[in-house]
Amino acid sequence: MFGYYLDLALRSLKRNKVLTALMVLAIGLGIGASMTMITVLHVMTNDPLPGRSATLFTPHLDPLPLDYKHRSDGPDPTDNLTWPDAMALLEAHLATRQAAMAGGSLLVRPARADVRPFRVDGRYATADIFAMFGISFEHGQGWSAADDASRTHVVVLGETLDRKLFGNSGGIGQVVRLGEHDFRVIGVTADWQPQPMFHADLSAQSFGDADQFFLPLTAAVDLKLPTNGNQSGWGKDDAADSMTSANMSWLQFWVQLQSPGQVQAYRQFLLDYSAQQKALGRFQRPPTEAKLYSLMGWLAHRNLVPTDVRLQLWLALGFLFVCIVNIMALLLAKFLRRSGEISVRRALGARRRDIFLQLGIESAMVGVAGGLSGLLIAQLGLWSVRHRPDDYAQLAQMDTSMLLGTFALAVAASLLAGLLPTWRACRVPPALQLKAL
Amino acid sequence: MDILPIFSTLRRHKITALLLVLEIALTCAIVCNAVFLISQRLQRTEMASGVAEHELLQVQVANIGKPANGKSRAQEDLALLRQVPGVTAAALVNQVPFTNSSSNTSIKLDPAQKLPTLNATMYMGEGLIASFGARLVAGRDFTADEYLDYDDMRSNPELQNKVGSVVITQALGERLWPGQSALGRNIYMGDTSVRVIGVVQSLIRPSLFMGDDAAQWTMVFPLRLSAASASRYVLRTAPDQRQQVLSEAAKVLRKADPHRIVLKKDTLDDIRGAFFQNDRAMAGILVGVIAALLIVTALGIVGLASFWVAQRRRTIGVRRALGATRRNILNYFQTENFLLATIGIVLGMVLAYGINLFLMTRYELPRLPGMYFPMGAIALWLIGQLAVLGPALRAAAVPPVVATRSV
Repeated sequence: MFGYYLDLALRSLKRNKVLTALMVLAIGLGIGASMTMITVLHVMTNDPLPGRSATLFTPHLDPLPLDYKHRSDGPDPTDNLTWPDAMALLEAHLATRQAAMAGGSLLVRPARADVRPFRVDGRYATADIFAMFGISFEHGQGWSAADDASRTHVVVLGETLDRKLFGNSGGIGQVVRLGEHDFRVIGVTADWQPQPMFHADLSAQSFGDADQFFLPLTAAVDLKLPTNGNQSGWGKDDAADSMTSANMSWLQFWVQLQSPGQVQAYRQFLLDYSAQQKALGRFQRPPTEAKLYSLMGWLAHRNLVPTDVRLQLWLALGFLFVCIVNIMALLLAKFLRRSGEISVRRALGARRRDIFLQLGIESAMVGVAGGLSGLLIAQLGLWSVRHRPDDYAQLAQMDTSMLLGTFALAVAASLLAGLLPTWRACRVPPALQLKAL
Repeated sequence: MDILPIFSTLRRHKITALLLVLEIALTCAIVCNAVFLISQRLQRTEMASGVAEHELLQVQVANIGKPANGKSRAQEDLALLRQVPGVTAAALVNQVPFTNSSSNTSIKLDPAQKLPTLNATMYMGEGLIASFGARLVAGRDFTADEYLDYDDMRSNPELQNKVGSVVITQALGERLWPGQSALGRNIYMGDTSVRVIGVVQSLIRPSLFMGDDAAQWTMVFPLRLSAASASRYVLRTAPDQRQQVLSEAAKVLRKADPHRIVLKKDTLDDIRGAFFQNDRAMAGILVGVIAALLIVTALGIVGLASFWVAQRRRTIGVRRALGATRRNILNYFQTENFLLATIGIVLGMVLAYGINLFLMTRYELPRLPGMYFPMGAIALWLIGQLAVLGPALRAAAVPPVVATRSV
């Protein structure tokens, strides 16, 4: 019976080719536009470190004075930690792994004469960062906690930068001049490019290129290397050394916690630390301001999706809805016009179920064809998104789950569009129609 | 034209007619808001900068290592740049409009004030106002002996009190002292105060991170920068000489000091274009969505009307046989469409208002001006009439003889 209905549906669709093409195109456009925007949203809210993200947390303290008025249009100083707080958390050593870090952009002066000096982005961090984030090494290794303590001038290069500076021979053991200082290369990492860059400061690019160097944070502070994140100061700062000031926040801090018990204990530790600092008179706000965000929770808190993208998603969904209503009306008119034919079938013994199946197959065919064209249109849409200037643009690719999602959406949309017309057509009273024939 | 028969016909196609009304309403609501969004975006890209945009160039350099004698380096660079053929003015400045990189400070009107009044941006650089081509509307520009060296001030904070004067924009003056002249008034920053000696018509801040309302909250200080403390050279030239001056200037700077690299060299027009790129892209997307929506709706109307015409062939034939003219039949379908469109539009207006309220709360958009409602209505009436014309003409062409045929 199924094959017969398929044949009937094909004949019916062929009878009015223009209309069929119109319905397929309409649903295709709606699906294509929606899937383009859903895919963009999907890559922007992606898990940057699948498998590892569940164990990563970022602690936040509130060292601001009571009378500090935070401007709603500026960055929140409590998004980052101050140097003394970061060092205290680091020394407490309560998590499996912990690291403080900040982004920096430095001028590289290659030894090779044929390469002009250029700027690279990288990260100043403490020793645990490699093991904690699972950054894999191509050659060599990271530095140790002892290097942190002694402020050693060592650097770990990203693969791309290593190749650019030293060619295929690799730069381990060589010296590279960053800014105005020499650093010894001790390791080369595979390019590590989590998207979004969850570990970077809010004001830095969230969807950017990989970190091309890592060097000890203590050395960076020692040499007063420039950072490229937000630095928020309050109160009187001791201008002599603002980086280590207790009144300026600029550091990102991450910890790895393996079990719920450990998370609970760390949360308690943050409360205790804040209470202790308050008792000492350094903190003024209640200790309950201290927070521990999970990685995905932190991304949600930062709200990386630009309002334009959300607006575009709403637009696309609105458009899809109009398309669905459109197809619903067309299918309904089409089916009702065949009331006579349906009534004859009913009079000859077809049950309502049979009619429902027959017309359902016809609308499903429109849906499948619409879904396929929607897939093509979405690819076209994503291609155009990739040519936008935004930093997230090059990520706009469809993965398998999105591919399946597109198809599910297409089928759901066409079912929704076909359901009402099919149901209505089944309820045509045969006797009345037959008389009219 | 009798409307009642149309209603009784539509009653027999309740659901289909309702769906069409719904589609028109949704389209109307989305189109109204989308057109409004487009006008907002395009208006934003027109934002006045207050500088001679078509004549300005920026060359940004980066030093390799700290330059030993930043002050003389800067003066030498500027002298060389002024010699480049076509250059009418050159300045070394701390920031440039539309580059998204700015230094800002909180200001107060009264030193005893607890919270700052607002946050304004700080331009500095010798001869900045004249080089930028900002238009003075009151007071005067800085005199040569008013300028202090920024580097000296950095090493000796005491000198901050010596700055003394500032030029602000008209918009900032109006914001700080509504309805009064800003000239001669004091602005306080931290422990220092400066007196307003001049007002420029407008000078946009380099980044709009504080929102578009704060775009013109700008101050210019009489500070001379050095090659150690600033990296942006601004040149002014005739619009048709820009490219050639740009490449020549980069060459001159590179030659004067090989220990630096030229990071960027752009015309201000290009910098502005890049700054508003997102707004233009968004406007483009919205135009696309509007076009797609209207086409889908129009085609939906065509499809539905065609069905109805085909379905009513016999009734049309009977009407024709009973004396109705072709014009009567044509009018019938046109009126039917007009009725459906009107119901849809009324519903659409309510919906448009609702969507606007949603956007106002979520995306801080202004209220939809009333004139967008009639515009949306006219657009949909027109599209409805155009779409129904083809099927209606086909209906009018049905010969009366159809009435006498069975099936």
